[in-house]
Amino acid sequence: MDVIPLLKRLSEASGVSGYEQEVRSLVQEEFEKHADRVWIDTLGNVIALKSGTASEPRPAIMVATHMDEIGLIVSELEEGFIHFRQVGGYDDRVLLGQEVIVHGREDLPGIVGARPPHVLPSKERDKAIPHEDLRIDVGLSAEELPSLVRVGDLITMNSELVELKGHMVSGKALDNRVSVAAAAVCLEELSRMRHEWDLYAVATVQEEVGLKGAITSSFGLQPDVGIAIDVTWARQPGTPEEYTFELGKGPTIGCGPNFHPRLQEALVETANALEMSHHVEALTRPGGTDAAAIQISREGIPAGLIGIPLRNMHTPVETVSVKDVERVGRLLAAFVGRLDRDFLDSLVWDLGLDDDIL
Amino acid sequence: MLLEKLSNAFGPSGCEHEVRSLVAQALREKVDDLQSDALGNLIAFKKGVGPEPRLKVMVDAHTDEVGFMVTRIDKNGSLGFRTVGGIDSRLLLAKRIVIGPKRLPGVILAPPIHLTKPEQRKQVIEIDQLAIDIGATSQDEAKELVQIGDYGAFDTRFQALTGEGLRTVKGKAFDDRVGCAAAVALADGDYPIDLYLSFSAQEEVGLRGARVAAFRIEPDVAFALEGTICDDTPKQQDVSPTTRLGMGPAIYVMDRTFVADKRLVRLLIETAEESKILYQLRQPGVGGTDAGAIHLSKAGVPSVAVAVPCRYIHAPVGVLSLNDYDNLVTLMRKTLQALPEKWAA
Amino acid sequence: MKDLIKKLTEAYGPSGHEEQIREIIRGEIAPLADDLRVDTLGNLIALKKGTDGGKKIMLAAHMDEIGLIISYVDEKGFLRFQPVGGINVMTLSGGRVQFADGTVGVVAPEKGPEFQKEPELSKLYIDIGATNHDEAKDRLGQAVGFVRPFADLGKRIVAKAFDDRISCAILIQVLRQLGHTPHEVYFVFSVQEEVGLRGAHTSAYGVAPDLGIAVDITIAADTPEARKLAMKLGAGPCIKVMDGRMLAHPGIKDLLINTAKAASIPYQLEVLDRGTTDAAAIQLARSGVPAGCISIACRYAHTQSEMVDMDDVENVVKLLLAVLEKPIDL
Repeated sequence: MDVIPLLKRLSEASGVSGYEQEVRSLVQEEFEKHADRVWIDTLGNVIALKSGTASEPRPAIMVATHMDEIGLIVSELEEGFIHFRQVGGYDDRVLLGQEVIVHGREDLPGIVGARPPHVLPSKERDKAIPHEDLRIDVGLSAEELPSLVRVGDLITMNSELVELKGHMVSGKALDNRVSVAAAAVCLEELSRMRHEWDLYAVATVQEEVGLKGAITSSFGLQPDVGIAIDVTWARQPGTPEEYTFELGKGPTIGCGPNFHPRLQEALVETANALEMSHHVEALTRPGGTDAAAIQISREGIPAGLIGIPLRNMHTPVETVSVKDVERVGRLLAAFVGRLDRDFLDSLVWDLGLDDDIL
Repeated sequence: MLLEKLSNAFGPSGCEHEVRSLVAQALREKVDDLQSDALGNLIAFKKGVGPEPRLKVMVDAHTDEVGFMVTRIDKNGSLGFRTVGGIDSRLLLAKRIVIGPKRLPGVILAPPIHLTKPEQRKQVIEIDQLAIDIGATSQDEAKELVQIGDYGAFDTRFQALTGEGLRTVKGKAFDDRVGCAAAVALADGDYPIDLYLSFSAQEEVGLRGARVAAFRIEPDVAFALEGTICDDTPKQQDVSPTTRLGMGPAIYVMDRTFVADKRLVRLLIETAEESKILYQLRQPGVGGTDAGAIHLSKAGVPSVAVAVPCRYIHAPVGVLSLNDYDNLVTLMRKTLQALPEKWAA
Repeated sequence: MKDLIKKLTEAYGPSGHEEQIREIIRGEIAPLADDLRVDTLGNLIALKKGTDGGKKIMLAAHMDEIGLIISYVDEKGFLRFQPVGGINVMTLSGGRVQFADGTVGVVAPEKGPEFQKEPELSKLYIDIGATNHDEAKDRLGQAVGFVRPFADLGKRIVAKAFDDRISCAILIQVLRQLGHTPHEVYFVFSVQEEVGLRGAHTSAYGVAPDLGIAVDITIAADTPEARKLAMKLGAGPCIKVMDGRMLAHPGIKDLLINTAKAASIPYQLEVLDRGTTDAAAIQLARSGVPAGCISIACRYAHTQSEMVDMDDVENVVKLLLAVLEKPIDL
C-alpha cells in the first residue's frame, strides 16, 4: 500500500474532537476494504472486525487509534471578528498568524490575525498572546458574519500535507491520523495472513478531550487485550533527550504501570523477529493515550502502547517518517498473526506461591 | 512478622509481584480462593458462615508503594530517573535505593557541601538534575546491568523502635503495607459475611487496581484499609495534624476522592465505642484512597476507609505504632461481625 | 414557581450531605412520579412512564451545593475547614454558614477583618460562638452550606445555590406539567456533582439511558468587564456545545435547537471554557450515551448571590416539555 495518499486524505480531513464526521466516513470506507464488518458505535467510534480462525470462544484484540484532532471553536462574534476557544491543547504561541478554516454554514478560510509589530510597544512584542485575546478574520463584515458563522462552529488548521525530504511528511492532525493509517496497513497485511484471534480495529473519537471513545468502545467490545497506537515525541532541538526518539528509527513500545509486562515483552519479541528497529518508552504514570482508558475498563484489560515518533506535536506542521508508519502497520499485523491460546494463558499473573521472598 | 516482610518487599506501582507473593503465601491455607487479574490485583475470597443470603464485603488494601523508574542511561554510567507515584523531590537527595529485577543497590548522588555555595544550598534540585550511581563507569557497562523502564524502590530496612508503650516501628511503604498486613490478619476468623480481600495494584498512580477489582467483585459494602498522613510534629500554629500517632485507627469522613457512607462511619464509631477500642476521626478533605474508585463502581457501592496513622508517608522511612495497627485489626474484626445485623441495606 | 425556588435554594445540602434537600424534593414530586427511589449514593430517581415506543431518557439536575467541611476544632472552639466543591475564597470572609442542625456560624479571617489582605483558605475559620473547645468538638467532620435569603427582583431573582437548585425546580415543574410522552423519562436529582459528578456517574450506569440531558447553570458574560463569552441573561435557554470537560453530542444539540425553533422558544448557543456538568459523566456510562445539556445563564456563579432571569427559567421548562412530548430520532 502506498501510505502517502492515504495519509494526505486523512490529514486534510476535518475531525475535531466531538465532530469527527468527515474523517469518520473516510476511515469507514478505508477499513471496509479489508475488514469483515464495520460499524459505528454510540459516540461515533469506527469499529472494524477482522475475524480470526480459532474456535469459539475466540479471543479478541482491540487496537485503538484515535481519529480526532485538536482544533478551535467559535465562542463569540464581535464586529465581524471571531472569538475562539480551544478544543484540546494547542500552545497558544503557534496560533498567531496561522491560517485556519472556519466550518460555518460553509467552509470559510480565515486567519488568526496579529497586530503588526510597527504599532506595538516593545514591551508587548516580548509577550506571548493568550488565545482569549486573539481573533479570527474571515474577511466578512459585521452584518454578514452571523449569517454564515455562529457560536459553536468548529475551526481547523488550514494545512495541506507536504512531503519533505527523507521520506517524511508534515501536516496537521498527524496526531493521530498516522496511527489510523498504520491500522489500515495492518488490516491489509492481515488479509494475506491467517490469524487465530479476532481483531477489532477501532478508530476512536474524543481522545484529545479525555479518552472518551476508548472508554466507551472498550466497555462495549470487552476485548481480551487492548493496544493503543499513538504518536510520541521525536527528537528536535530544545527537547530533552530523555523523552524523545529519533525520527525514522522505528516505533516505541510503552513500558510502565499502564502496560502488561507480558504484552510489552511480546511486542518487543515481535519487533526483534522482524529485525525492526524500536525503542522502549518508559512511562511512569498511566494517562495520555487510549491505553490508559482500556486498561481499567470493566474488570481490567491487559494493555499495550506502540508509539510513532512525531515532531512539533499539536501544531499544524506535525512531522513524521512515513517508514515508521509502515513499520507500525507491519509490526501490528505480525503481532496479531502470532496470537494464540497460549498467549492468552501467559497473561495471567503468577501468584508467586512458591517464590522465596526474603 | 508479616508487616516487616511486607514493608521490606519491593513493590512500586506496576511491579507488585513480591508483595502479591508474600500475601498469597500467607493466605493460601486460610481462604477459599485466590486469583489475580489483568492489573495484577490479588483477590482472596473467604466464604462466610451462617444463614444465606450473606452480604458481600470487599476489604481493600493496596500493594504498591511510591517508587522510581529508570528513564535515562548517561554516558558516564549514571542513571536518570523519575518517580512512580508522588514523591517530594526534596526527599531524594543522598538516598539509597534498589533497582531492577536484580535488585541492584544504588545511591542518589548529592553534591558535597564543600563544593557548593550557601545560596545554592537553599535551592531544591529538580529531579531531572538528579542521577543514580550503581557503580557503573560507562554507558555500556550500565546497559549490561539495567534497562530503561526498570523499577526502583527506597532501600529501607524495617526495625522496631521500642517494644513498650507506643510500640513504634520504622520502615518504608507503610502506605499501604500496614493495610495489607491488616487485611491478611482479617483472614483469621469466621464472619457472617462473604469476605473478598482485594490486594489492589496501582493505587498510587490513580486508584486503578481497586477500580477493576470492585467491578469484578460487585460488593454490597466496601472498606479500604490504609496507612495515612500523620502530621503530628509540633507546629507553631494550632492546625490539624490529619491524624495522631497512638490515638487509634483513623476513620474517614471525607477526602478528595469520596464522601464516606454515613452508615458505615456510624457503624465503625459505634463498634469502637462498644468495644472500647481507641479511634480517631481523620481530618476531612485531604488525600485519597481506593474507596474513591470503589464507591463509584457500577451503580455505586457504600464505602468507608479506615487507616493507621503513619508519620512521613511517601518518604524513604516512616513511623507507625503497632498499637494503632492492632486496634485497626480488632476494630475491623468486630465491625465485620456486627455488619449484617446493623446494616439496613 | 418562585416559592418553590425559594424553598429549594434556601435548603441545606452541601455535596455528600443532601438528605434535607432530597426530602424537600421528594415531597414535591412523590404524587407525580410512577416510581420513586433513592440509590446507593443518594440520588433521587423519579420515573415517568411514557405511552410506548419512545426512548429511555435521563434528565439530571444536581441537588448538592458547594460548601465547607470542618477539618479541625482548635483548643478555643474555633473551626477550621476544607472546601467541598469549587469554593471561591474571595466570597467567604464575613459570610454566614449553616450546619445540618441549623446552627449558624460566621466565616472570619485570622488577625481580624481590618487586616485581611489576599484571602487564603488556611487563614480563615468559622466561629459558632462556642465558649470553649468542648462546645465545638463534635463539629469535626460536619459540612456547612451557605446562608442567604432568596430575593425576588421581578424579572430576575437572586439566591445562593441556583447552581443547581434552579434546575431542580425546573425539573419539578416539568414533572408537574408533563402530559403525554412516548418516552420513559427518568428525572434524576443527583448528588455530589460539585465534587466530581459522582452521583451522575453511578446513576447513569444504573439507569442505562438511550440519551441524557443535564440541566445546569452556565456563566453569563453580560456584566461589567466580563470575559467575552456568548451567554447572556434573558436571551433564552443556553444549548451547550462545549464546556471545560465535554462536547455535547451533535445530535442532542441539534435536537434541542430544532425543538426550540419549532416551538418559537428563544435560545443561545453555549461555548464555555471551564467547568462542566453531569452530562459529562452520563456521556461515558457503559458503552456511551448521547448526552447534552440545557443551561441557564447565571451571573456570579459559585458566589452566595447568584442571579438568573425568570424568562430563561420558564423557557427551559417549555423547551424540555417540547422535547419530551414528541418522538426523538437522533
